[in-house]
Amino acid sequence: MHSQPGRRRAAGFAVWSYLFIALGVCAGLLVGIGVFTFAYACGASYMTDDPDACANCHVMRGQLDGWRKSSHRAAAVCNDCHTPPGLVPKYATKAVNGFFHSLAFTTGRFPDEIRIQARNGAVTESACQKCHAEIVAAAQQTRRHPSPLACVSCHRHVGHD
Amino acid sequence: MNEATANPGRLKRLLMITIAVTAALTVGAAALLVNIFEHKQEARNPFFRVAELTADTEDPAVWGRNFPLHYDDYRKTVDMERTRYGGSEALAHSPTQADPRSLLSQSKLEEDPRLKTMWAGYPFGVDFREERGHAYMLDDQSYTRRVTEFKQPGTCLNCHASMAVVYRKAGGGDVFEGFRKINAMPWAEARKLASHPVACVDCHDPATMQLRVTRPAFIEGIRAFKASQGVPNYDVNRQATAQEMRAFVCGQCHVEYYFQGEGKTLVYPWSKGLQVENILEYFDEVGHKDWVHKETGAAVLKAQHPEFEMWNQGVHARSGVTCADCHMPYKREGGFKISDHHVRSPLLNINRACQGCHRFPEEELKARVELIQGRSFASRNLAMDALMDLINDLRGAREAGASDAELKRARDMQRKAQFLIDFVEAENSTGFHAPQESMRVLTAALDYARKGQIALRQRSARAAAQP
Repeated sequence: MHSQPGRRRAAGFAVWSYLFIALGVCAGLLVGIGVFTFAYACGASYMTDDPDACANCHVMRGQLDGWRKSSHRAAAVCNDCHTPPGLVPKYATKAVNGFFHSLAFTTGRFPDEIRIQARNGAVTESACQKCHAEIVAAAQQTRRHPSPLACVSCHRHVGHD
Repeated sequence: MNEATANPGRLKRLLMITIAVTAALTVGAAALLVNIFEHKQEARNPFFRVAELTADTEDPAVWGRNFPLHYDDYRKTVDMERTRYGGSEALAHSPTQADPRSLLSQSKLEEDPRLKTMWAGYPFGVDFREERGHAYMLDDQSYTRRVTEFKQPGTCLNCHASMAVVYRKAGGGDVFEGFRKINAMPWAEARKLASHPVACVDCHDPATMQLRVTRPAFIEGIRAFKASQGVPNYDVNRQATAQEMRAFVCGQCHVEYYFQGEGKTLVYPWSKGLQVENILEYFDEVGHKDWVHKETGAAVLKAQHPEFEMWNQGVHARSGVTCADCHMPYKREGGFKISDHHVRSPLLNINRACQGCHRFPEEELKARVELIQGRSFASRNLAMDALMDLINDLRGAREAGASDAELKRARDMQRKAQFLIDFVEAENSTGFHAPQESMRVLTAALDYARKGQIALRQRSARAAAQP
């Protein structure tokens, strides 16, 4: 029951090529749906500094509206206070927050009154202190011990309500 | 030639796994896509009017067809959940002919037997349980021994049933007329006219959904109060601010009251002000007593549930924060912001109730509330003990043959002390609605109780001095 080696190769080639084409179709479908989902969800907007991107989903609509009326609307956009300086830290922060925000929004597991996480609070605090360095320098000079208060503990409305 | 021919089995497996993984990822991507689509749809706030609502639509289920999200929450007031100092606990009860309820809340009289002494000779001394959610109000009134074993007027239904439509129909279109008619009926007769616990129509205009006051007693009570503040002829439904209305609709019931005259007219005693002393002064002036204390013979008062009056004395009221802001806080349903109609303790909903304004962790906020309540509760216990001492002394003096004239001052002190304690006790926040005011009232109550005891000491000293 031995067939000719040439014919065997030809038959093997036909089967595998069909399977590879099928695989290619599958992968293409996945990439297609993925690209469409990314575009439909305005994925590219998250790479920008446009504040509107932060309210693509409606959760932060109130914060965005508050910012438009705040004292900082002309001085800083969301990313100025909520991402650290430097290309890599900035996009790393965006990636981490983007992932967890998407996860929370998709599963619906988040409180109505959203609350900033410790890591993001630290980013905002250093943003305050960076821009207002001249003002805070004198006060900070006397402070050696860790402070439980952030700038926004008292200056709550400067960025947004 | 290559591995494909050399090891077709292994490659086939690899291919199958790759297809399975790709399929799973595709399913995930499609599911995410649909989820994003749904979220985008949510943001559009669809409203479908499927039921026609009129001034006669009493059944909340009909309103619920237009407002399913609000109605779902409204139905959740059946929940029974404790907080540290309040909230109801579901206790099993074997239904009887007289009381067919299968669940009851805990008896407050058993929790603190001093209440029985304070209310001796009054129906509250017989049966008083922890208040439950709105859903239970009509049943809990129908089967409490205060109603089944004592004669009560139709007035009671003002706050234990949906009465907006009932009053209007009974009055032939005139709410005030229907209100007077039902007040004068025996309770059992009036009960037949009511079919729901408090419902949508009691606080909302069916055409516009705007808040409105439907209870005549509040309309007149707030007019009398505003007149005392120099605002004559106040019309609450026309002159109140939107934010005031978010407290006034609750103040239709969560207030101190009494039944005036033979017509058993429900009156909110606010013409001198909303502070407890203003109310006491009003009762003294009209010569009102709720009952005569069985052990001491004093003409005493029962404070009802003056949450509205107590809240008015606190910092939240001064800041414009109303009942609804904490007990019915805004919540998000998709892209939609609604007021949570699951009315309940803010301690069971700290994120929405408190954290919108107070940016501290939930545990911290809960600890702050319980600190206030714990201090208030400790003072309440001191004042209650002082009242027990006074009642005890009064009973002793009475048994020793003291005349009414000799007991007059001590009895008056009992009336004052017990109304003040009850005012704090009955307003259901264990001091939180106005912490300093609650402490001030309890201190005054304690002072009255001890002054009453001193009055009796002076009498017995005089009696001993006589030969």
